[in-house]
Amino acid sequence: MTKMSGAQAVIEALKRQKVEAIFGIVGGAVLPIYDVLYETPEIRHILARHEQCAAHAADGYARASGRPGVCMATSGPGATNLVTGIANAYMDSSPVIALTGQVNAFAVNSSYIIGKDAFQEADIIGITTPITKYNYQPKKASEIPRIMKEAFHIATTGRPGPVLIDLPKNVQTETAEMKFTDNVELRGYKPKTSPHPLQVKKAVELLLKAERPIILAGGGVIASNASSELLALAELLMAPVATPLMGKGCFPENHPLSLGDMGMHGTLAANKLILEADVLLAVGTRFSDRTTGKLDEFCSDAKIIHIDIDSAEIGKNVDVDVPIVADAKKTLKAIYQLLISKLQKKESSQWSKRVQEFKEQFKDEISGSEKDLKPLRLMKELRKILPNDAIVATEVGLNQMWAALYFMAYKPRTFISSGGLGTMGFGFPASIGAKVACPDRPVVDVAGDGSFIMTSQDLACSVMEKIPVTVIVLNNSVLGMVAQWQRLFYGRRYSAVDLGNVPDFVKLAEAYGAKGTRVGSLKEFSKAVKKAIKSEVTTVIDVPISPEENVFPMIPAGAGLKGMIESEGEL
Amino acid sequence: MDKKNTIIAAIVEHKPGVLYNVANMFRRRNFNIESISVGPTEQSDLARMTITVKGDEKLIEQMIKQLNKLIDVIKVSRLEPTSIVSREMALVKITTPGAKTRSDIINYADIFRARVVDVSSESLMVEITGDSNKIDAFIDLMKPFGVKEVARTGITALSRGVKSVRIEE
Ligand SMILES: Cc1ncc(C[n+]2csc(CCOP(=O)(O)OP(=O)(O)O)c2C)c(N)n1
Repeated sequence: MTKMSGAQAVIEALKRQKVEAIFGIVGGAVLPIYDVLYETPEIRHILARHEQCAAHAADGYARASGRPGVCMATSGPGATNLVTGIANAYMDSSPVIALTGQVNAFAVNSSYIIGKDAFQEADIIGITTPITKYNYQPKKASEIPRIMKEAFHIATTGRPGPVLIDLPKNVQTETAEMKFTDNVELRGYKPKTSPHPLQVKKAVELLLKAERPIILAGGGVIASNASSELLALAELLMAPVATPLMGKGCFPENHPLSLGDMGMHGTLAANKLILEADVLLAVGTRFSDRTTGKLDEFCSDAKIIHIDIDSAEIGKNVDVDVPIVADAKKTLKAIYQLLISKLQKKESSQWSKRVQEFKEQFKDEISGSEKDLKPLRLMKELRKILPNDAIVATEVGLNQMWAALYFMAYKPRTFISSGGLGTMGFGFPASIGAKVACPDRPVVDVAGDGSFIMTSQDLACSVMEKIPVTVIVLNNSVLGMVAQWQRLFYGRRYSAVDLGNVPDFVKLAEAYGAKGTRVGSLKEFSKAVKKAIKSEVTTVIDVPISPEENVFPMIPAGAGLKGMIESEGEL
Repeated sequence: MDKKNTIIAAIVEHKPGVLYNVANMFRRRNFNIESISVGPTEQSDLARMTITVKGDEKLIEQMIKQLNKLIDVIKVSRLEPTSIVSREMALVKITTPGAKTRSDIINYADIFRARVVDVSSESLMVEITGDSNKIDAFIDLMKPFGVKEVARTGITALSRGVKSVRIEE
């Protein structure tokens, strides 16, 4: 037991969790914590320029490293500014710890207390209940060690997710005897990680009979570090692997069995071949509407095995034949071990030949002149330049779908994108977070001009804090994804999508002390990227592209896999 | 398809905010609650929620899974209608202009094993306990007299025999 203030206990708890960085912005209700940080060199504080960026950076840090990311904000507007970032982390199951200040929990020198609408009071507990895995508001300083320990435990175990701790100011200043322990005792929270042997057996029986198995591998494979287990199983079964956006990178996309992305803007190979599957092994994926399209057209003839650590995901969207509630890594391993004794490993099968034919048939063709800055060509070029372990984040819109379709990810945690919430403005601050987690690897944000504007003020943060990232703005001067929908489904009635040529991104970058450059050819692009990833300061590369450029294939909202369109002419 | 009432019992942490978390989850997931009753249990740090919901099998299963997912919810059970005792209590205030109506109401109350708990010159208050159908029937019967106010507790229920939703310490 040691006597200390609540604020000191918060920082002590972070140190015990080996937190190396906090992304945040100061304010009245977190002054005591910042005062402790002032004398805590072990923890680096990174001053964001908007709390949304702090939350996204913590999220990006978590996705790149697998370790929880921490963000902090003051009460009221500071806390509410975190909300988009927290919701984003929640939808994509990212372990983020959000610390917020709060007005006093009880009267200190007759000042205002919670519930009386004090200055900068916001009910952040009420606001974030539906978008956090759990949230806390300690009423006594002595609760802080336990709460902090539980918060990290909840955020990082089971299905990961954000946890918010709302700290009334008087709880930060109150001193108490603090008891730090390593034990967590939560009787209502005991995630089941080991698969039930009987369910594993049933899955194996189905897989042994399968002639055309397909694996659908989602973000859960990345969260449980199950990539090598997935690879072993896919090769044993000769089963092709399709990844919804959140799973991108969990299976090397240069592998013969990789089908690439699946879903609304999935590859032709993935979206067509999945309809032929007789057994679908879905692991760590929640069958979101963006993945499945219309449900009754989704693999209606296939038997489905669904592995997920969150039992509520099983049967939520798709009815399955073999549910397995457990950790992806353990389950894939168990299935593999049972299968290997019953199955001869083959070099190829009829099915794997069909897969190769399909992939050959639907290969992306680069056409047209080098002068046209086509997204396909740019993404292929980017892949050539970047080392395998480089991290690519995306914004939201066409840029995101082009990156997902054309930029091949080879390793888990090297592709970071806002999947569930689809948050414009996520990619840039997430790159900052990723770079803090992985300072020795290049980090690139593939951006749209509209998205980048939403959080570009954090150029100040990346410059001041010396966190160099590369932003590639695929600049079509429109809110492109929305413009595409208006072009295809609203008779080209372009409503509120024109961004003009504003701002000049080169000057914008320079105004912040970052580097800015505009490229007009593939050669210049290549040169600029090579320079940027070695630069010690953040670089914004402005790449003017056509405002008419679409992303295809596409499954229109509400349609099924069979309704996929491959070009504008089909409509 | 006819959607029957299903009764779910949840043992939860007895602390502030838990009812909010549960109610908020039902709202957010677009599940409807027919009734909910909450009270402390024989273990002082636990509370019991009896939640009555309507929905088909798949929906009920989702509700139970989503409830289980909440960290403050410790145990969730679906109470099988054939093996439980379920009760609801209601207070019904009825306007009574004359002596004749008064005695009629008291007679009906007797038949329903309900009790008169308050009398004033123009009203009677009846306390009635039973399953929800019985309470519905009684209230319907009172309507012609003039039902002024009704307060119902919502359903509470326990399974019969030794089976329980208790948390072993
Ligand atoms: C915060 C937020 N606001 C609005 C949207 C709706 N939306 C989806 S894509 C998009 C356009 C994105 O434009 P831009 O970043 O320029 O990318 P592009 O599609 O042109 O590549 C919009 C407005 C969103 N996803 N997120």
